[in-house]
Amino acid sequence: MSASAVELRGLRVELGGTPILAGVDLAVAVGEWVTVIGPNGAGKSTLLRAVGGLLPAPGAVSLFGTPINSLRRRDRARVVATVAQSPVVPAGMSVFDYVLLGRTPYIPALGRESAADLAAVNEVLERLDLGAFGRRELATLSGGERQRVFLARALAQGATLLLLDEPTSALDIGHQQEVLELVDQLRRQHELTVLATMHDLSIAGEYADRLVLLAEGRVAAAGPPQEVLTEALLARHYRANVRVIPGDHGPLVVPVRPR
Amino acid sequence: MTVRPADNAHRPAGTPDASRPSGVPDTDPPGLAEERPDLGPSGPGASGVVGERSPAGPGATVRPAGLRTRWLLAGLGAVLIALVAGVSLGPVSLPPGSVAAELLNLLPGVHLHSGLSEREIAIVTELRLPRVVLGLLVGALLALAGGCYQGVFRNPLADPYLLGVAAGAGLAVTAVIALGAGAGGSLTGMPLTIPLAAFVGSLGAVVMTYLLGAAGGRDRSPATLILAGVAVSAFLAAGQTYLLQRHSDSIQQVYSWLLGRLATAGWHDVRLVLPYFALTAVVVLLHRRELDVLSVGDDEATSLGLHPQRSRYLLIAAASLGTAAAVSASGLIGFVGIIVPHTVRLLAGSSYRVILPLSMLFGGAFLALTDVVARTAAAPAEIPIGVVTALLGGPFFVLVLRTARRVLT
Repeated sequence: MSASAVELRGLRVELGGTPILAGVDLAVAVGEWVTVIGPNGAGKSTLLRAVGGLLPAPGAVSLFGTPINSLRRRDRARVVATVAQSPVVPAGMSVFDYVLLGRTPYIPALGRESAADLAAVNEVLERLDLGAFGRRELATLSGGERQRVFLARALAQGATLLLLDEPTSALDIGHQQEVLELVDQLRRQHELTVLATMHDLSIAGEYADRLVLLAEGRVAAAGPPQEVLTEALLARHYRANVRVIPGDHGPLVVPVRPR
Repeated sequence: MTVRPADNAHRPAGTPDASRPSGVPDTDPPGLAEERPDLGPSGPGASGVVGERSPAGPGATVRPAGLRTRWLLAGLGAVLIALVAGVSLGPVSLPPGSVAAELLNLLPGVHLHSGLSEREIAIVTELRLPRVVLGLLVGALLALAGGCYQGVFRNPLADPYLLGVAAGAGLAVTAVIALGAGAGGSLTGMPLTIPLAAFVGSLGAVVMTYLLGAAGGRDRSPATLILAGVAVSAFLAAGQTYLLQRHSDSIQQVYSWLLGRLATAGWHDVRLVLPYFALTAVVVLLHRRELDVLSVGDDEATSLGLHPQRSRYLLIAAASLGTAAAVSASGLIGFVGIIVPHTVRLLAGSSYRVILPLSMLFGGAFLALTDVVARTAAAPAEIPIGVVTALLGGPFFVLVLRTARRVLT
């Protein structure tokens, strides 16, 4: 049995003296899609940042069996790629150059990109149907197109673990489905492991193998979507009045106005 | 489900998943091939041709942003024009052709007949050439440092004086002129020259800014450093104002230094600036790709495997050292450090691979040419070069701003 893609053991994070995560245990298997849900301020983004190595978490995070602290940054960047919640769009940068940034961990520190790096970028662009956009300025693309470019950069990084922080929060419902279908295809094609955070509970449940409900810095529930998306759990942790309806790919959560 | 072994996490460089031509069926993991027909939008696009396409294929692919040859040639051309014009024009005008021949004669193994007299050759090599070369070096340094600061701070308003260089040099020079005059040109027994004072003052101010800005922890945002620079500048400028107020007889001398001028002390200043120029140029130009990565912000740059904070401090140190050297040789020449990089960005491209080398070339040429105007427009008097840079550069930049296809954001 190979090691988990992600293993968190007693992850604690404090920001400015306030505890954000108070001992989170989580294991994500290789090839699995796990989505972290939870109310605002539950620590979802913080968890993702810790897994991505952006927050110090000594001894608590292991990627593919290796403690994250013992990985050099470049090596870590070849293992885990992050799509931030609202990535910076540099002025004047073309889509091609933006995706090429994903090759940074393969380019010598002060050197320049190789033909292999350019080939990798071209291939990712083709695969994501972005071939025609290469020359375009990233800033001129629509939200859905941009999200695909952000994904392309993460893929160009060649990492097998993909961290997606609210990948669909800026998209309309059709583009949400399009992007998530794409992620799922890529995951199956390339054996990627996906760890995401999401606000839309129905969509979260339809795409993830497992959900982790985070509340007040702890794991309140974890398991297949039907075990986590229950009216009782959502009422307790979100203080939300919802109806949960069984769907083809997972429970559908419908908000209902309280009487 | 087929599970990839964990040792994939440590694949060597150049063999990542994404560069694996998965469109070519024989490299697909077994058991996944049957899923290919329904890959949706990406399926057809990922057909066999993809992996075989050469990245440099004719017209088929996009090149990464980089310095295009025609822009490099334009930059070198500008430098050459500035060189010949700067040496030809002056109180004694010399024919540009002869000057060009005489300049070529400086190259080893070249012996051309320029038709210039012995005295004219001396004017070229001992008076004008050093001054033009100094103008090229100072202009290149200021524009390079400005472009570097704009990248490091991700702030289009950043200029080389952002972290207190101007105020530090200003205070130190004012102190030397105002107090030094009374003490027979020396302070605390050590003879202090104006260039040395400017150099020490500039670097002292940057170090002060760094210590104040970094005091709250190295993880503070770059904005902390900029604000610390504002505070240090205000503090030092207050000291300078006070000194000037008390020693109003030295105002003229201080101002003539503050407004900048290129010295005419032969090759001495060039030799002083050259090592700093070389160091700054090498360090900053080596980081030109990294500055592009930094443009996505510290978090994303970190997750791409960089050390943004480390690079930032190294680049600030290199750019500040170069700026201090430029300031010590020529006083405070405004405008070049902020306008030249932006003009390059608007005209030639927004990648730092383009901005940094072209800023050096055009910054140098721009300053050398403005110096021609500064010393000929009101001859025999000289107009302070800082006045000319803004007077000529301002309208030009507005023109570029209005006509450029690209936009600043």
